[in-house]
Amino acid sequence: MSRVRVFIPQDAAALAVGAGQVVARIRAEALTRGLDIEIVRNGSRGMLWLEPLVEVELPQGRVGYGPMTAAEIPSLFDAGFLQGGSHPRGIGLVADHPWLTCQQRLTFARCGLTAPLSLDDYRAHGGLAGLAKALQMAPAAIIEEVTRSGLRGRGGAGFPTGIKWRTAAQTEADQRYIVCNADEGDSGTFADRMIMEGDPYLLIEGMVIAGLAVGATKGFVYIRSEYPHAFKTFVEAIRIAEAAGILGDDILGSGRVFHLEARLGAGAYICGEETSLLDSLEGKRGTVRKKPPLPAIQGLFGRPTIINNVLSLTAVPTILAMGGDFYQEFGMGRSRGTMPIQLAGNIKHGGLIERAFGLTLGELVEDLGGGTRTGRPIRAVQVGGPLGAYWPTSLFDTPFDYEAFAARGGMIGHGGIVVFDDTVDLAKQARFALEFCAIESCGKCTPCRIGSTRGVEVMDRILAGQDVVHQINLLQDLAEVMRDGSLCALGGLTPMPVMSALTHFPEDFDRAQSAQAAE
Amino acid sequence: MLVQERYREFDPAEVRAVAMELKGLEGPLLPILHALVDRFGHVDRRAVPIVAEVLNLSRADVHGVVTFYHDFRQEPAGRHVIKLCQAEACQSMGSDRVLAALETALGIRMGETSPDGRVTLEPVYCLGLCASAPSAMLDGELHARLDPVNVLALAQEVAA
Ligand SMILES: Cc1cc2nc3c(=O)[nH]c(=O)nc-3n(C[C@H](O)[C@H](O)[C@H](O)COP(=O)(O)O)c2cc1C
Ligand code: SF4
Ligand code: FES
Repeated sequence: MSRVRVFIPQDAAALAVGAGQVVARIRAEALTRGLDIEIVRNGSRGMLWLEPLVEVELPQGRVGYGPMTAAEIPSLFDAGFLQGGSHPRGIGLVADHPWLTCQQRLTFARCGLTAPLSLDDYRAHGGLAGLAKALQMAPAAIIEEVTRSGLRGRGGAGFPTGIKWRTAAQTEADQRYIVCNADEGDSGTFADRMIMEGDPYLLIEGMVIAGLAVGATKGFVYIRSEYPHAFKTFVEAIRIAEAAGILGDDILGSGRVFHLEARLGAGAYICGEETSLLDSLEGKRGTVRKKPPLPAIQGLFGRPTIINNVLSLTAVPTILAMGGDFYQEFGMGRSRGTMPIQLAGNIKHGGLIERAFGLTLGELVEDLGGGTRTGRPIRAVQVGGPLGAYWPTSLFDTPFDYEAFAARGGMIGHGGIVVFDDTVDLAKQARFALEFCAIESCGKCTPCRIGSTRGVEVMDRILAGQDVVHQINLLQDLAEVMRDGSLCALGGLTPMPVMSALTHFPEDFDRAQSAQAAE
Repeated sequence: MLVQERYREFDPAEVRAVAMELKGLEGPLLPILHALVDRFGHVDRRAVPIVAEVLNLSRADVHGVVTFYHDFRQEPAGRHVIKLCQAEACQSMGSDRVLAALETALGIRMGETSPDGRVTLEPVYCLGLCASAPSAMLDGELHARLDPVNVLALAQEVAA
């Protein structure tokens, strides 16, 4: 029998549910049974409820089995999985799975298909086509292509990427920098992590293109320390890319220069804020800088600096390879292209969906996500991380789009959706939002530093049913002060989860009544 | 490998060597502090003036950076470290009940180290495993889809 290829992800979300043990058991079992197999550690397909997902490569395509445990592996062999045999965990041809067929994967096109560190795989699946094009183009033409694509920053603020690049390119300087924000601190998000672990060369390619566009020869990737696996994979990818001439002093024989370094964060949420991140890279406390000057004019070590999220930079190779017009044909309104959306929390089918903007919240969490994992009714979803709004099901017709979300008092942020069932207490969630702000505040402004602590005290009194009406008034005043008087969005947007909880779920704050009822 | 042997004793010459080796990086302070934690398990008070001198910074500057970041602990942790995620996606799947079970099994509260120095229990705010919540990291290894029962395996692992 010829050698069969078996794929088992190396993604952290697969490792965390036993992928390593599954691999060991498959190896041992194949040995005992005298079967010749080749195990490939791929990235994840993003169907995280099916991890560890075992795939077998057959003439008709890759057949999947998941979620697998090590203990079930002998039964998988008994079922003849190496020939695609049927097994209770079988999901059939993976590429035909409805979760994948409904997506429009541009950025995540390769993720889960290939061995992340194989440059041959990367090239064979269309990698480096964007860079090859960019090397033939004038810098201004690259920027023009990115501008035309309509790409907006995927880190949260949604600022047009092309405009940012033009500003940096037009600022006179002896050195410019490209910085990738891979701090991904928002709960409910893992797209940056998945692409760094599953297709790291894509980020390298995007950063080299950014360097060519703005005339920067040096880049940094700032990866949060909570992602040790992503960091390790990415460091290795840089080493291989240097050896292959994708990075270094002569990019693909063009004579152009770009060097890249991966740096580890140190466990501070605020270092995801761009100016705080720059201070951290410089070796300082991660406090927020006043803007202006914009980082594009005066950023890292005072030089013009492009700072972009992982998903912004990984959209760039596709934009260059296929053209800005191609990319901007996806989406709605002013939200162009595709967005990797992450379904998380209490959800039956959690994972990553890349689609053009425009699906509604309900379609995402109910149709694709399949409702809650606990099987209870959905009561609330938080979109956009710890600074994002809590949404009731009555607003599930809101389309996933920057402006539509803003119009209803929320934000899409980095595309994370956290689902809660009917056991959630929104007053407790509001308290947590304030507590998180108090823990993570950089300490520079009073409304954020002191206001969040006061807010926690106010919430404690509300939760205890003390003087509730007055405390809710205090909470509203506090929220206003924080929103208007904070230097950055940590203090400025913490009122969003708090006030959305109060607006949409007032009954959870009405403790006086329940306290009285208990008497 | 015994976990106790993972970290080395404080050695000023070694601190200096680490700092000298990384000094040439652009913005070398965080990489140096990470390297010290990797090697010694924490940033010893006595390391601060050495690093400051090598980088030509004031002690106050270095101290300010050490204290700003959660990762740069100034006291040794327990021989095992469990970081349990306390962020929203994990909350939605009952991380509070997982925490309660773990606290009972370990006999310590969140943020504490056991008196025998065996284990430290710390919060972490998101491990990027939010679709497989609740999650934790034990000595660098990830665990997800935790519940109040299966989390006891982590407690057993640190007891062994
Ligand atoms: C408190 C706070 C945390 C943030 N965290 C992140 C983060 O983890 N990742 C990220 O890309 N952007 C984060 N941002 C947004 C960045 O400041 C910045 O807008 C972004 O890096 C710009 O890149 P983009 O235009 O590609 O989105 C954060 C902002 C704030 C205020
Ligand atoms: S709002 Fe908070 S985190 Fe932002 S600069 Fe002010 S104190 Fe720092
Ligand atoms: S919120 Fe716990 S892993 Fe993301």
